[in-house]
Amino acid sequence: MVKTNGDAKLTLKTEEVMVNIGPQHPSTHGVFRMRVTFDGEVVTELEPIFGYLHRGSEKLAEERTYTQVITLTDRLDYLASMSNNLAYVLAAEKLAGIQPPERAMYIRVIMAELMRIASHCMGLGFFINDLGALATPLMYMFREREKILDLFELVCGARITFSYMRIGGVSGDLPEEFMPALVKFINEMPGYIDEYEALLRENEILISRTKDIAILTAEKAINASVTGPMLRASGVPWDLRKSDPYEVYDRFDFDIPVGSTGDTYDRFLVRLEEMRESVLIVKQAMEQIPSGPFRALAPALIHPPVGEAYAHVEAPKGELGFYLVSDNSIAPYRCKIRAPSFINLTVLRDLIIGWKLADLVVIFGSFDINMGEVDR
Amino acid sequence: MYGLGIAKGMIVTFKHLFRKPFTVQYPEEVVPRGSRFRGYEFTWYEDRCTGCASCAKYCPLGTINIVTHPEGDPKQGMDYAIDIFDIDTGRCMFCGLCVEACPYEAIQAGGPLDDATYDFESLYRDKHKLTEMAQEHLHGHDFTYPNGKQAPQPDEKPLHIGLPVERDRTR
Ligand code: SF4
Ligand code: SF4
Repeated sequence: MVKTNGDAKLTLKTEEVMVNIGPQHPSTHGVFRMRVTFDGEVVTELEPIFGYLHRGSEKLAEERTYTQVITLTDRLDYLASMSNNLAYVLAAEKLAGIQPPERAMYIRVIMAELMRIASHCMGLGFFINDLGALATPLMYMFREREKILDLFELVCGARITFSYMRIGGVSGDLPEEFMPALVKFINEMPGYIDEYEALLRENEILISRTKDIAILTAEKAINASVTGPMLRASGVPWDLRKSDPYEVYDRFDFDIPVGSTGDTYDRFLVRLEEMRESVLIVKQAMEQIPSGPFRALAPALIHPPVGEAYAHVEAPKGELGFYLVSDNSIAPYRCKIRAPSFINLTVLRDLIIGWKLADLVVIFGSFDINMGEVDR
Repeated sequence: MYGLGIAKGMIVTFKHLFRKPFTVQYPEEVVPRGSRFRGYEFTWYEDRCTGCASCAKYCPLGTINIVTHPEGDPKQGMDYAIDIFDIDTGRCMFCGLCVEACPYEAIQAGGPLDDATYDFESLYRDKHKLTEMAQEHLHGHDFTYPNGKQAPQPDEKPLHIGLPVERDRTR
């Protein structure tokens, strides 16, 4: 407190305060830590700190055979394990020159798209949760995720760590009871998405807290290599399923939803629309799926020729890539994972500076990151 | 009009007031699991196992420990006798690679589900414990293996297979 000469007016001296958010914090989606500097309520500086969940997956992959690495990929983005499996087996197949049979490719596409629905359910649910709608909309989305996990349990027996895909195909054919269950789910799912929309899309609280908040311009998004729904919300129609089709995606007819402004609300809408498109893809795949073998005749222990391969897929969170180097042994010489969540986080600081503490949680929620993938 | 969106959402919530609850009262009721469910404990059938150690080589974590020694008359084809066969279930992640690897269907997923123990030691199962669990399963399931095939009755001669089970992994 300073007393100015003669005047009775008091001046308050204010200071910026630094706060640690996380690693143990309900809104940081795992063990993410932000060191945030506040001026009053406004964020002036933010430093993301990660590494709390580091397990050295890339290094562990170097001492496991190509098949055993599949179990490691389950644990990257544990809300979208099927997509991780897919990206890895595509890279390994490229490296070893194995061509999977048609049926396997269709099965994989169905699995990857169901996984996208499940992952977006969680992404949206927790985003709404961060907004303050504690658990009510989240429970609706958990319900559908549960149904998808039941489907996965039918085909591969697990609910989170699937390890379903194999180099050259999948580990088992679709069981008899799977197709009827899938048809039932796919017919119900659009109704559920309508329900989410009725719940949330026009909700005034949601709109006032997300519209025009934290705008990510297309230019900035491209410069920072942001991918996935975050990039598309900024109006860039970049989706690897269309721009570099892998598996059998070029045989399906679907749209890429894009946003207009790139604000938090757009990121929410793009995910919602993508679920609808995924339902369409699964529907078409179900009609087109041929019969035949589900696995190529590949040796159980592959020795790919010396070389390198990179394969990428459009995972629910963005471009997920695996870069493998082979030295003709049974294990990869090097395995590099391009994790979308990690790279999307590079724009976190720019987006959050200037917004208030309450917005910070919401903006961060709209990133839909997964710490298993960020730290790997 | 402000509040219309919230009202729409409330209608959805209101609809759910009148549906039946679908809670399952475990352990009185158990949700049936698919035939491929991987969360069960392993059962291992000593009479089927040849000691080839494929399962141990496939395991990403080195959970299975096998020690064998050659046995039998060289003229009639040697066999392996299993000295040690341990599974450290405490480290197992139920990936199912060992089940897929076994050419003799000697290790199968499908033991008890509610198999909690009080200490880590009892999660380390040696061949006697595994055989006990396998026999318990067979007696409780009308001598059918977890994969649905018929097992020999107890009074029959225990089977000793020398040839891999005929199956095609691609079809
Ligand atoms: S399920 Fe996987 S981790 Fe467990 S013993 Fe078999 S191969 Fe090893
Ligand atoms: S792979 Fe099968 S037969 Fe070979 S040691 Fe393991 S359980 Fe026995």
